Amino acid sequence: MKRLISALAVSTALVTPAFAQDTQVIGVSIPAATHGWAGGMNYFAQAAIDRLEETYPQLDFVLATAADPSRQVNDIEDMLATRNISALVVLPFESEPLTGPVQNVANAGVWVTVVDRGLSVEGIEDLYVAGDNPGFGRVSGEYMVSQMPDGGDIVVLRGIPTTIDNERVAGFEAAIEGSGINVLGMEHGNWNRDTSFEVMQDFLSRHPQIDAVWASDDDMAIGVLAAIEAAGRDDVQFVLGGAGMKEMIQRVMDGDTMIPANVTYPPSMIATAIEVTALGVVSQTPVSGEFIIGSVLVTQDNAEQFYYPDSPF
Amino acid sequence: MTIATLSSPKIKMSVIGPIVALVVLIIMGALMNPNFLSAGNISNVLSRSAFIGIIAVGMTFVITAGGLDLSVGSMAAFIAGLMILVMNTALPVMGIGIPIVLLGMAVALFAGLFAGMLNGVLITRLGMDAFIVTLGSMGIYRSLVTWLADGGTLSLDFSLRTFYQPVYYGGTLGVSWPIIVFALVVIGGELLMRSTAFGRHCAAIGSNDQVARYSSVRVARVRMLTYVMLGVLVGIATIMYVPRLGSASSATGLLWELEAIAAVIVGGTALKGGFGRVWGTVIGVLILTLIGNILNLTDLVSPYLNGAIQGAIIILAVVLQRGRKPGQ
Repeated sequence: MKRLISALAVSTALVTPAFAQDTQVIGVSIPAATHGWAGGMNYFAQAAIDRLEETYPQLDFVLATAADPSRQVNDIEDMLATRNISALVVLPFESEPLTGPVQNVANAGVWVTVVDRGLSVEGIEDLYVAGDNPGFGRVSGEYMVSQMPDGGDIVVLRGIPTTIDNERVAGFEAAIEGSGINVLGMEHGNWNRDTSFEVMQDFLSRHPQIDAVWASDDDMAIGVLAAIEAAGRDDVQFVLGGAGMKEMIQRVMDGDTMIPANVTYPPSMIATAIEVTALGVVSQTPVSGEFIIGSVLVTQDNAEQFYYPDSPF
Repeated sequence: MTIATLSSPKIKMSVIGPIVALVVLIIMGALMNPNFLSAGNISNVLSRSAFIGIIAVGMTFVITAGGLDLSVGSMAAFIAGLMILVMNTALPVMGIGIPIVLLGMAVALFAGLFAGMLNGVLITRLGMDAFIVTLGSMGIYRSLVTWLADGGTLSLDFSLRTFYQPVYYGGTLGVSWPIIVFALVVIGGELLMRSTAFGRHCAAIGSNDQVARYSSVRVARVRMLTYVMLGVLVGIATIMYVPRLGSASSATGLLWELEAIAAVIVGGTALKGGFGRVWGTVIGVLILTLIGNILNLTDLVSPYLNGAIQGAIIILAVVLQRGRKPGQ
């Protein structure tokens, strides 16, 4: 009993001054870590929140991770109803189902930052932070062209059929147009190692000569590499993945000839969004608008800057 | 109906249906791409069928006995994650060699045994519905592997993976190990289903568990054994799976449960139980794998439609064998 009272005393002591300072709460709603990229995003969100809570004692954060769109809607409704948030940073699971609930939050006068996936109605968010999907494809395509000046035959693995994937592929195709690079085939590897392994095995059975592979994602690149290795084929000169998984960045750093480069699509963009939103809440700094994070080509020369050994991705 | 009158009474559409579907697929594949029948492609297709195939043989018994297991895909992912963690942890102590691989295999088998037993106990001892129990354990194992991997991917130590790799890629007499293990599991399963009391008891329970009980079949025990056997087979499938890419994540084994169930039903086992056919399950698995393979080898349809083609062929294969009632 004594311990309970003292615990209560401690918690009151902790809570009271915080209220006295007029704490502002920032809600962060993101999808749960169901695949590698999302795992990295969760890690960077937590890291940004830890850093900001230390820097700005007047800020309080609510982080909610949702396993599906409807749970994310619940999270956001709860944040608005019970936590009295002044700002919301949201990475929508899917655009359509989240548009209405986020609009309600914005109508309640709360600052809204949308990350990565845009909402289906324009003009709801105050700040939009996103990666550059067409740019991701373009940078990948330009790298392919630079590595194969005389052209060559490549195969392409695509992600899950989505707008993100379509924009990337369109950017890629525009970049390689007229370069003499011939796309032998495109199949969906669904950003999944096992599926990509099987798709690549079939590409190898079907085409006797493949010069290079655009795996378009690091998880898919791992499956592709295993399939090439198992088939014992040496016609494939290199595999270009993407997104900046640490194991792959490591191989770029080590000068692996099969993995000469990578193109970033950083999960840490969630940290950018949280940091900029916090800046807007605590200061007079204007932060509304769009913040597009470019996709950067990573080669052996600059790989060290993109290597985050502590991140799960 | 001419078939029924022309052929001997032993050959029924329900028996030859899946075989016809498989033969048609093989002919289609061979016409569309000359590499389809190459040794390399056949070996690829059979090896990748092995995971689902080994699991589907176990699933055949569970379904025949009137049960269902939705947790096998998640279970495989969890066992793969656990196996990788244990092997990585033991590496500094044991070093690279046969013992550490055997340790990993033992972990997989025991984890599978335990997971199957857990499902079995909840279903048979507590009398809960198999669908609900395994739906629950499906969520549990999927979350556990995400948690073990901290949202990312668990990777087997690189040198260890290189040592363990031959279990998937290697083989003997030109046949790779997954195919050999798959074949052994199928032969064992077929014998168990056809020639032992256990197989007959499964069919009896699936047909009518009350009558089976009055016929002094130990219903709970037989049902329990089907889940335990399936768990062990998931362990065996995982042993073959881990050396392939040396990693496990929350995306591992996604939808394997549905593929295994589809293979069992396409192969002619009754979803309501009471009748099971292990060799049919093998045909079912091959049909499902071949569809994906053929679609990858050709440009006939938009890749967006792959799922539709698969769905249509599953339905077609079952239509070909309609007319038999469960328990017949």
